[in-house]
Amino acid sequence: MTQPMTPPSLTTPAGLASIEAVTAHLARAGYISTPEISTAVFLAHHLRKPVLIEGPAGVGKTDLARSLALSMDIPLLRMQCYEGLDESKALYEWKYGKQLLYTQILKEKIHLLIDGADTLDSALAKLSGFQDLFFSREFLEPRPLLRAMEQTSGSVLLIDEIDKSDEEFEALLLEVLSDYQVTVPEIGTISAQVPPLVILTSNNTRELGDALKRRCLHLHIDFPAAELEARIVRTRVPEVSQRLLAQLVAFIQRVRDENIRKLPSISETIDWARTLILLHADSLDPALVRSTLNVILKRQSDIAEIAPKVDALVAAALRDVVDAV
Amino acid sequence: MERTLTQYIRALRAAGAGVSTTEAIDAARTLDVVGYEDRALVKTALGAVLAKSVEEKALHGRLFDLYFNREAGSEPPADGDATDAADDETSGGSGDGEPDAEAFMELAEARDPGRTAMALEKAAQAAGADGIRFASQASYFTRRMLEQMGVKALEQRLIGKLGEHTPQAEAEARRMMDARAALQSRARAVVDERFELFGRAATEAFMNEMVAERPIGALTRTDMERMRHVVARMAKRLAVKHARRRKVRNRGQLDLRRTLRANAGHDGVPFDLVWKTKRKDRPKIVAVCDVSGSVAQYVRFLLLFLFMLREKVADLETFAFSNHLEDVGPILQTREFNAAMDHIVMQVGSASTDYGVALEDLETKFGDVIDRRTTVLILGDGRSNHADPRLDLFQQIADRAKRVVWLSPEPEGSWGMGDSCLLQYRPFCTHLSHAATAGDIERAIDEMLLAYD
Repeated sequence: MTQPMTPPSLTTPAGLASIEAVTAHLARAGYISTPEISTAVFLAHHLRKPVLIEGPAGVGKTDLARSLALSMDIPLLRMQCYEGLDESKALYEWKYGKQLLYTQILKEKIHLLIDGADTLDSALAKLSGFQDLFFSREFLEPRPLLRAMEQTSGSVLLIDEIDKSDEEFEALLLEVLSDYQVTVPEIGTISAQVPPLVILTSNNTRELGDALKRRCLHLHIDFPAAELEARIVRTRVPEVSQRLLAQLVAFIQRVRDENIRKLPSISETIDWARTLILLHADSLDPALVRSTLNVILKRQSDIAEIAPKVDALVAAALRDVVDAV
Repeated sequence: MERTLTQYIRALRAAGAGVSTTEAIDAARTLDVVGYEDRALVKTALGAVLAKSVEEKALHGRLFDLYFNREAGSEPPADGDATDAADDETSGGSGDGEPDAEAFMELAEARDPGRTAMALEKAAQAAGADGIRFASQASYFTRRMLEQMGVKALEQRLIGKLGEHTPQAEAEARRMMDARAALQSRARAVVDERFELFGRAATEAFMNEMVAERPIGALTRTDMERMRHVVARMAKRLAVKHARRRKVRNRGQLDLRRTLRANAGHDGVPFDLVWKTKRKDRPKIVAVCDVSGSVAQYVRFLLLFLFMLREKVADLETFAFSNHLEDVGPILQTREFNAAMDHIVMQVGSASTDYGVALEDLETKFGDVIDRRTTVLILGDGRSNHADPRLDLFQQIADRAKRVVWLSPEPEGSWGMGDSCLLQYRPFCTHLSHAATAGDIERAIDEMLLAYD
């Protein structure tokens, strides 16, 4: 809030100069973006704010971070969240082993160091210099958050599945996310030279804190519409025929309208496309669909729900394709 | 644009989106970055900054179109500064604060549509139309707007003309009346739009609050629909509130075995301390509901509540009884909620209640569902039709369960009157209370879940 509008250290890479540039760069990395996604990324850089991405599993939340890093040729630092994650895993840790080793060396060589000191005071004065040595950068093991601050060329910091972590960890993130700095009590505050592009993802297994949401831009990625999904599958599975692609996407779109527990996501569509190619299919038919249903549906109850409806769904999907043309 | 943005944020807040000051500042910075020529772009950009959940995104989508359509309609093609100048001119032309009839006519006949729209906008602002909260206030604000635009002067002249009784004066009068009607309907449209923006959500919230505290027995059919949403919201709130992690750290109790193992790499010098943790119980609720005539309505809400909480309370057993007890979990899981409830009431609730038999059924057929982690939740009036209440069985169940919570639809005054055995059951209950409204049920469940936090 107190930052100036454009911090002096902020240089805009070509990939973030405009919203169109973001879309083009992502496309080069094989990621088909929407205006919402590109706008969020563009704003994230220009407002220096993290992006919080929510949405169902498998719609490309994590992939966005990966593609961003790839397209702009900067390192991706990934932190997977889980229950019990704490600062020694996320921020930094002291290299205890190395500290121990150095203490041993110091112990052996101690007579050389305090040689000639007749009183305890003068011996301590000679030793005090080494105390600081043990808590210096050399003994600090940076974890993803601190490493992201240290990148001189900028970086993409992916904090994956933040909803899996504890609430305490959210609080820990606040300093990193709003000021792009990490405070190590023994050393001081380490600020990012180039603020990283921060992407947080959440599958909504729990409501995130307001404090965190306030600091982030919010992006909701839902299942894509047929046309967009077809484009995404085409980029990932270029060998799929136009006809099969249209049909299988139409089928998946139909399945998502059904009342099932785990809806198939894009990653399932892609897997299914690859499967069908392996089976040398060039169009959908009910028997083929029924035998490969376990690729797109991951729950036994969902398969049981859809299996009897396959004929109707395939027919409807084929009709959709004809209508679209 | 600054003012437009703050106004829009106010509208969002009125509709229930929690926009903080920081986010408002971010929104202004966003506009600095993206500009405001491209409407679709402004919409997506503001969506990313201001709307932080799927519901808020939908709200933003709806309000943005509503709000900025209005802005586009009222703003002349020239830029913001020119608007102010034009404003001054309008008010200056019609005398200081005393709008005259001629100006009103001019606006009403819309000789210059842009100007009329602008005058309406200004009048709405002066009349405080943004403050509208209820649909019934619409005519009041419409009148205030017309007064701002000088309808009083017009009406005075109108009375004068009507008194003249000449054909020419009458034609004049008719023209004035038409003009008034025309402007009135336009002003009304503006007020209605303001209500959509600022009032509707507030009214909705108010109605929801009312219905949550209204006795369940006195709910009308229209209330029932609203109730579903209210209960869903309450359930979500509870789920969020109790969605804490399931492990607690017992500070002070060292886990020696795991500490030694964790520090083997440091030559056994204990750098990392591992503390003993205690796992918390997941909530396990056994709901036992009286579904005989008088209580059935309450059961519907309790079960709806528990049903919507099933994300949080995965371990839920539901039993319904009147003169016998049945496990209704399978029915609730396989059918649509309302159909399931009707089915249960028909199948189980047709006979007169017998608490003794119900407890016996629970103990003999389903005794193993109750253990030391279980909260037994009973909803009923305790009226056993003079049959044996089987206090011995109730005590056994209470001894075994973690807690026994009894919700009674009857007020405390009638407990123990007539055939009610509530006072006899009372000593074995951890908690016994009167549950008349959905709010009461929410508080009771909240307290129940608190025992597991």
